[in-house]
Amino acid sequence: MNLTLKIWRQNGPKDKGRMETYPISDVSPDMSFLEMLDVLNESLVAKREEPVAFDHDCREGICGTCSLHINGEAHGPDRAITTCQLHMRKFKEGETIYIEPWRAKAFPVIKDLIVDREAFERIQQAGGFVSVNTSGNTQDANNLPIPKVDADLAFDAAACIGCGACVATCKNASAMLFVSAKVSQFALLPQGKVEAKERVLNMVHQMDLEGFGSCTNTGACEVECPKEISLDNIARLNREYLCATLSSE
Amino acid sequence: MSVIRITSIAKKFIMALSGLFLIVFLLVHLGVNLLLLSNDHDLFNEASHFMASNPLIQIMQYVLALGFLVHILSGVALTVQNYLARPNRYAKNRPSENASLESRTMIVSGGLVLLFLLLHMRNFFYYIKFGTGPEGGDYVLVTDLFDIWYYTAIYVVSFVILGFHLNHGFQSSFQSLGANNKFWEGIWKKAGTIYSVIIAGGFSVIALYLFFN
Repeated sequence: MNLTLKIWRQNGPKDKGRMETYPISDVSPDMSFLEMLDVLNESLVAKREEPVAFDHDCREGICGTCSLHINGEAHGPDRAITTCQLHMRKFKEGETIYIEPWRAKAFPVIKDLIVDREAFERIQQAGGFVSVNTSGNTQDANNLPIPKVDADLAFDAAACIGCGACVATCKNASAMLFVSAKVSQFALLPQGKVEAKERVLNMVHQMDLEGFGSCTNTGACEVECPKEISLDNIARLNREYLCATLSSE
Repeated sequence: MSVIRITSIAKKFIMALSGLFLIVFLLVHLGVNLLLLSNDHDLFNEASHFMASNPLIQIMQYVLALGFLVHILSGVALTVQNYLARPNRYAKNRPSENASLESRTMIVSGGLVLLFLLLHMRNFFYYIKFGTGPEGGDYVLVTDLFDIWYYTAIYVVSFVILGFHLNHGFQSSFQSLGANNKFWEGIWKKAGTIYSVIIAGGFSVIALYLFFN
């Protein structure tokens, strides 16, 4: 395959950045999108040019490190996958592909296609945990009876890998799907209920502090999420927040 | 008691509650307007007079104005927050791939409906409220305006835009209030569409009926 890549290049956080065009040839349709970028980078290095910086780690679709807004969609045109699981056969011969970093005030660009997603970490630190006594006599979690339905819903929410596609695709750069998943995975379980009120209030407060937008309920995040996190979680977050606000002392 | 902060979620609650209040108001308004279809013109005049003079309705007028104000102001505040959340736009973006047009353009449809509302207040509310309308009562005031083709056209187009606004707004308000899941989602969406068609269609049909008669 012969393709034209239009890639966002930015030397650092303070650089203005610009789109640059790179023709690439002999791309195998069986390559993953990141392998295609590896090939491009090898050719750039051979020409003594600066390779394109992009995030990647497991390349198995489970770590949430790879990002990329490809041809106007988070993680590209395919559904329920991360960029490392996107294959070049999804593109047409001769196609022009736009590759941009996640764009949000809360995700500043570090270099080229790499953004700083520590805002998610700070939201997690604000309440995305359960406090457990680890003095040595910790009770086995399986001792607590949990309805199958709740366990499944909590597990579905916990599938969120924090990649940031929800923020990237939302017209408001809202982090509601991420926060709702992190609140839900605990709110549904007895271990998480103890700190539920504090958790939701603190995480939502931190979300706003980071400069994310609000939720217009367009549903774009659910469509683009590689782990298919449901919008039901956002409704649950709203419920949890309302109850916590009305009953907190 | 921790300090109650007006977070983005709190603003969305306000948006949803004021929106649902306005949704109920529109049904009441449509109910009164349906009297325009009656051959007994005094029926509409009497209803109109009742709405302009009943003490309870007079109090509700201020509540309604507050409802509009809260809905508009929180909508503008959220739009500003959302705009600031993405200072750099995408060179290529395909929002139609994952979200409906009406859900992405609520501030635009809302703004257009607001413009229509101002025109509507000037043309109807002002005269009916202060009783300076033409002889023959409020019925004549209404039918005179719907004789003008371009006014009728603006009116119908405005209600179609309002219909799109409501189609997203109705179901979205339940999601914002947390009263939603996969089971209820389908019900809210269907109910929202039926409600939007009733409102947009109902007001438009009355306007077109008066124009062609």
